[in-house]
Formats: sequence, C-alpha cells, structure tokens
Amino acid sequence: MNFFTKAFWLKLSSPKTFYPFAGKMIPVFMAITVVLTLVGLYYGFVLAPPDYQQGDSYRIMFIHVPAAWMSMWIYIVMCLFAIIGMVWRTRLSDMMAGALAPTGAMFAFLALWTGALWGKPTWGAYWVWDARLTSELILLFLFFGFIALRAAIDDPQRAARASALLASVGVINVPIIYFSVKWWNTLHQGSSVGLTQKATMEDSMLTAMMVMTFAFWAYTFMVAFMRVRNEILEREKNSAWVTESVTQRVSEKVEGK
Amino acid sequence: MNLPEFLDMGHYAPYVWGSYGVVAFFMVVEVILLVTKRRSLLKSITRLARLNSKN
Repeated sequence: MNFFTKAFWLKLSSPKTFYPFAGKMIPVFMAITVVLTLVGLYYGFVLAPPDYQQGDSYRIMFIHVPAAWMSMWIYIVMCLFAIIGMVWRTRLSDMMAGALAPTGAMFAFLALWTGALWGKPTWGAYWVWDARLTSELILLFLFFGFIALRAAIDDPQRAARASALLASVGVINVPIIYFSVKWWNTLHQGSSVGLTQKATMEDSMLTAMMVMTFAFWAYTFMVAFMRVRNEILEREKNSAWVTESVTQRVSEKVEGK
Repeated sequence: MNLPEFLDMGHYAPYVWGSYGVVAFFMVVEVILLVTKRRSLLKSITRLARLNSKN
C-alpha cells in the first residue's frame, strides 16, 4: 500500500474497498480506546490531586474538555467530508459525513451535560446564557439539523448537497465557540490549555485531559467506521459484492461451528 | 484514601459520578446500537440473497 499515490486514495474512496479496510481498523481503534481510557482514568482519579479551589469537582474536566473539543473537531471534519462529497460527488465522503454527525451530536450534548454538572457546584447554576454555552448549544442544534435534513430527503444525492450546504454555513459557529471566551467577557473561563501558551495546570491533570482526548478520538474513529459500514451495507445491499461478502461470512460461521 | 472516601469525591459525588456515568452510558449504548443495527442488516441481506438464489 502506498499512501502517497492518487490511485491509492481513489481506490480507498470506493465503498467496496473501504468496507473491509474500515472493518480491520475497528478492533485497532477499540483497543486504543480501552487502553487510553483506563490510563486516562488512572491519571484523572489516582495521580491527579484535588484542585485547591474546586476540590474533586474539577475531575469532571477530564471528560468535559475532551467532549467539547471532539464536538467542534467532529463538526469541522464532518463539514469537510460533506463539502468534498458535494464538489466531487464521492459517495463515501457523504457517508462519512453522515456517520460522524450522531457522534458529534453526542459529544456536544455530553459537553453541555458535564458542564452543567460542573457549573452547579462551581458557579451555582446548571445553565447560564453565557456566550460559550449558548454557542455550544447552537452546535448541538446544527448537528440535529444536519441529521434531520439528511433523513428528510429521499434522494441521497440531493440530501448530500442540501446537508453539505447547511453544514458549511454552520461551520462559522466553531470559531465563535472557540474564541467566545476571549470575545465576550461572560461567565465561562478562558482556556487552560492552548497551542501558544503553557498549560496553567499540574502535569498529571494535563496528562489526564490529553489522554482522555485521545481516547475519545480513537472512540470516534471506531464508531464512525462502524456506522459507515452499516450505511454502506444498507445502500449497497443489492450489489453483488455485498451479497457475496455477507453470504461468505455466514457460511464461514456455519463451517466454524 | 479508602473506598467510601473515594466514592464521596469530596462531597461532589452526584456531580462527578453523574458526569462520568452519563458519558459512559452514552458511549456504551452507541456501540450497542451500532452492533444491533449491523446484525439486523446482515440478517436481511442473507435473507435477500437466499431468496434471489432460489429464483
């Protein structure tokens, strides 16, 4: 396999080639997810000390921040796939966009949920109409809109184009979320981790947060591959290669018994 | 630190475990739903293939 040739990517972008490839990657990402989650939890609950102001409630950050990061990152990647699908009419790109959306919505919801449970003891409120909270809520609705629009249009090509348009208009919200703590002086605190600054927290806390982020990352790859394989099976169930690979799988199972 | 003390999370137990519990629940359920969906797809494709091979 040569990753740097155009032919390789063209071949991989066909559902027939991608289906077995994704199938092989799922256990790999599952293993990475499990290992990193265990390591992250060990750092987060055993090695990291309680915060001097927030006590143990800050341990919510080890999943809150990764979930929020993933929700934004997934939106950008989903949008890129949707645009690629719209421009080059590649079916797989559109399917990948569709496969990422539910997981992105899940992480956006989880970011809001964990944020609320951290906000109650720390700020005294589950919810405030702070700039960052509000823009993250809008991100959740954008994911819902994307999923609903795709489901509402029967013709897959038209659904792909319409949802790509929606996704690319909504992408403006991502930098708004990211910079909201700088642009508006509302309740949500500024970032403690950044590319251009030294992290303002203890090493073990930072490690826990980064390891959990990579765990969520691997998890996202795993479920996106699982969902895109389901989508491929569903859309191509009448094609010869699907029938062949599925019946072959069944007969192997029977012989195995 | 002993277990009850750990579980108490410095009196923040409902918030900390409420966060971790819901996150774990969603992530596990998502995987289960995807596996269930895959099984039902494989079943219907096998049925379809059998039907076609008989004709």
